[in-house]
Formats: sequence, C-alpha cells, structure tokens
Amino acid sequence: MTGLPPRGACVGRRFLLIAAAGTLLPAIAAASPVQVAVLIRRLIGDATVSEGRVKLDLPVLVENGNTVAMTVSVDAPIGAVHSLHIFAEANPLPEVLHATFGPRAGVPRIQTRIRLATSQTVVAIARMRDGTFWQDSVELLVTLAACID
Amino acid sequence: MVRVLLNVPKQVRKGEPFDVKLLISHPMESGQRRDAMGLAIPRDIVRRLVCTFDTEEVFGMDLFPAIAANPFLVFSAQIERSGTLSIMFTDDHGVVQTETAAVEAV
Amino acid sequence: MKRLLPLLLLCSIAAGPPVDLRSGYDDASAETRAMQDDDGGNPGFLWVREGEAQWSQPAGPLGKSCASCHGDATVSMRGVAARYPLIDKATNRPMTLDRRIGECRTDRQQAEALPPESDAALGLAAYVGLQSRGMPLNVDADNPFVAAGRRLFETRMGQLNLSCAQCHDDRAGMKLAGAVIPQGHPNGYPEYRLEWQAMGSLNRRLRNCMVGVRAEPFPPDSPEMAALALYLAVRAKGLKVETPAVRP
Repeated sequence: MTGLPPRGACVGRRFLLIAAAGTLLPAIAAASPVQVAVLIRRLIGDATVSEGRVKLDLPVLVENGNTVAMTVSVDAPIGAVHSLHIFAEANPLPEVLHATFGPRAGVPRIQTRIRLATSQTVVAIARMRDGTFWQDSVELLVTLAACID
Repeated sequence: MVRVLLNVPKQVRKGEPFDVKLLISHPMESGQRRDAMGLAIPRDIVRRLVCTFDTEEVFGMDLFPAIAANPFLVFSAQIERSGTLSIMFTDDHGVVQTETAAVEAV
Repeated sequence: MKRLLPLLLLCSIAAGPPVDLRSGYDDASAETRAMQDDDGGNPGFLWVREGEAQWSQPAGPLGKSCASCHGDATVSMRGVAARYPLIDKATNRPMTLDRRIGECRTDRQQAEALPPESDAALGLAAYVGLQSRGMPLNVDADNPFVAAGRRLFETRMGQLNLSCAQCHDDRAGMKLAGAVIPQGHPNGYPEYRLEWQAMGSLNRRLRNCMVGVRAEPFPPDSPEMAALALYLAVRAKGLKVETPAVRP
C-alpha cells in the first residue's frame, strides 16, 4: 500500500489529490475469461463446442512465463482440421494464435512457445472441416524467477 | 534482416507427413512494456506467417504478442512430388521475408 | 590467531565449492532441457549461425576475417573454449575468451570493436564455444589468480551483504522463491536465458547477480571479473561445455 499517509497523520489536500489521480490511472490490463468467451463465440457463431479430440500440452508448473513450450494436436485424420485457435485468459491480450491448415498440411499438430503473464487457464479450440468445434484447456501456475534482470 | 533457421528434411516419402521446423530471430516486442523513462515501447511482432509448397498453401498462422521472443514453430506438411517449400512472414514494420527449402519426394 | 578466527568461523558454516558437480542443465525443467537439446529449436543457434557468418566475413582495413588466420573453425577452434580463461602470455593476466575475440578483432583485424552483448560479439563467442561442446572444462589452475577469484567469490558484497558462495556453494540445490539455486557454473556461455529472452555472456550474468545483491558490479573488463571467470571455470573443472546452453 504505497501512497497512504502514516497512521495518525492528517489527511491533507495533497494526499487526496494523489489518491484521486490514482483512481484515474489505468490498472495493468489483463484479459478475462469473459473476454475469451466472447472471442470464442465470435469464432464459432451459433455452433457449440465439445470437450475432446483436441489436446493442449502445456507444463502445469511454468518455470518462466517468457517462454512456455506448447504443443496442440487434434485426434483427427489428415485434412479433417480447418484451424486451431489458442486463447490465454489472463494475458494482457487474450489471443495467442490462429493457425489454418491448407490442402498440403500433414498431421494436425503444432508446436510453439508462448508468453504467459501469470497463472491462468489456456484454451485451445479446433475447428473441423465438418463444421464441429472441439476444445481443451489447461490451468497452470506461472512461477517467477527469484533473480531477475 | 531477420535470421531464420528453417529445418526441413531434404528428402521425404510421397504422401507421408514430415515436420517443418522454424526459428526466427525477432524480439516480438509486445507493445505492453515501458522503457526506463516510462515511455511505451512500440509493438514490433511477426504478425503473419504463411507456408506454401510451390503454389499450394500448407499452413498459415496469425501471431499475437503472446508468442515468445525468437518465435519457434513446428508444423506438419505432406507432398506428392518434389518442389519448393517457402515460408513468408510479415512483421509490424511491414518487413516481408521469405525463406525457401527444396524438398525431394521419393 | 586474531586473523584466523573469522576464517574459522566462516569455515564452520561454509560448505566450500561443490564436490558433486551439477550443471545448471540438471536443475532446469524438462521443457528447458528439451529446448537446449534440439539444435533446430535451441534459440541460441540463431546466434551461432550469426557467428558462423561473421567468422569468414572480412573486417577492418586489412580485409582479414577470423578465417584468414584461423581457417576452418570446426578444426582450429575445437577444444579452445574448454581451456579459457587462460593466463595471457603478453600481460601475465587472466584472459577470457570473449576478451580474446575482442582483441583479435581490434588488434589483429584492426577493425572496429564489437560492442559487448551485441549479436555479432555473442554470435562469434557462441560459434567458437560450440566447437568445444561436449568437451570437459579443463582450465589451467596453476596460477595465483585462481585464489584471488575464489576470494572474490567468497566475499560478501552489496546492500544484501551476500557472497556468491553463500548461494551457489552453501545453498545450491535449495530454493530461492520457486526456483532451484544452481551451483552457478560457467559451462554454457554465451547462453540463451528465458529471463532475458535473448543470448547473453557470463559477464552479463555476473553483473546480473551483483545487481541482485545490490552491489556495484565490477566493470566488464576489470581484473576482478576476469579472476572470477577464471575461478568459476576452475571450480567447474570436468563439467562439459554446453554452449549454447538454455537456462531459465
């Protein structure tokens, strides 16, 4: 709690001004599960999303949120997957990636490295060519390095 | 000029999926950070990446600031004949870069 | 006796340098180890390739490249990084590999110095270091600078009043917040740190530690930094070179 006057001190005009200014400062922006839900709704339209078929691989305990190894795969034959979409519920911006598989794509699987601002749930959505949607999510803990630069 | 490491097998079997592995030297500056003076550091990320085989699209990806610095990506492709695999990507400065690799199908 | 007393007190709590050597690799997560193990996915190789290009690129008025004198690095640089730092014959002082590369650049090539921590400097060091990957560190310890380096390593510094040894000798393997305290070996530099999201030198890491205990870091080219680097290499004797390592 910075900005508070010492106990017993008179709350002066200056402090009130600073406090008022503080409320106007934007908080550190973070997405929310609701925001992700809205993005997913925009993606799927009137369709529903089922659990399963897509598998999101992320470590449950993250050593450093700057670089987190992630593998997403779909249990489907080659050519059956249209696209993959990843969202992070508590990152400053919820979208992580949108990937589309063309006619020459092989197995529906991608591997990359992502940033996670804090402990949160990451959601993967697979859109199939038959119009169905599938999802998986991982709730993970992001620890912070003790010695930072 | 951004350095790219593109790893693709020189020879693959017709119709059999193989991995395309990619590392790009790029800071992926998120646009969320501030410098020592408290000023916002402008966003600078690779935002779009497309892989084609000759003229056919293999894989496309929209990237966001949540992709780690020096982006790493593995995806799968399959081909029926020999040809050229190319990766094209665009960053926030509008820099477009293309990397290619010849792949022989046997 | 008066002078021995503090030393005895120190000995009673200090564990001394590690006997059972553990590379930082052994204390990293499975994901971080996997990142280091795959040359196609290890981001350090972006710098290695940069260094490989630098190696044969002429610089300076003489138009000389590294290759003009040293030829094929995969042959001439093999095992070199495992022997550094060494005692430079001209100055009779410890010489780090980074500094040697820098001197080659300014004295032999008469080219503009590569800025410390630049992609070019880190790239060359990584490319040279890679030629010793898998070889055990084997630095000549028969000189007085090793003891000087050890003294620095064991000297409390900064507002937190901590020595390197208090964390990396006495408390290695224990935890500081959520992270395991590593033994602090120099066998992977330059290395890719997830914390930096980039490649960095041992100098940067040491500076990082000193700032961490709120001490004023020794200047990069100081005799103190060189002595510390030398002692660290002697302390890690036998550990395999991992350049370019990946660490959290």
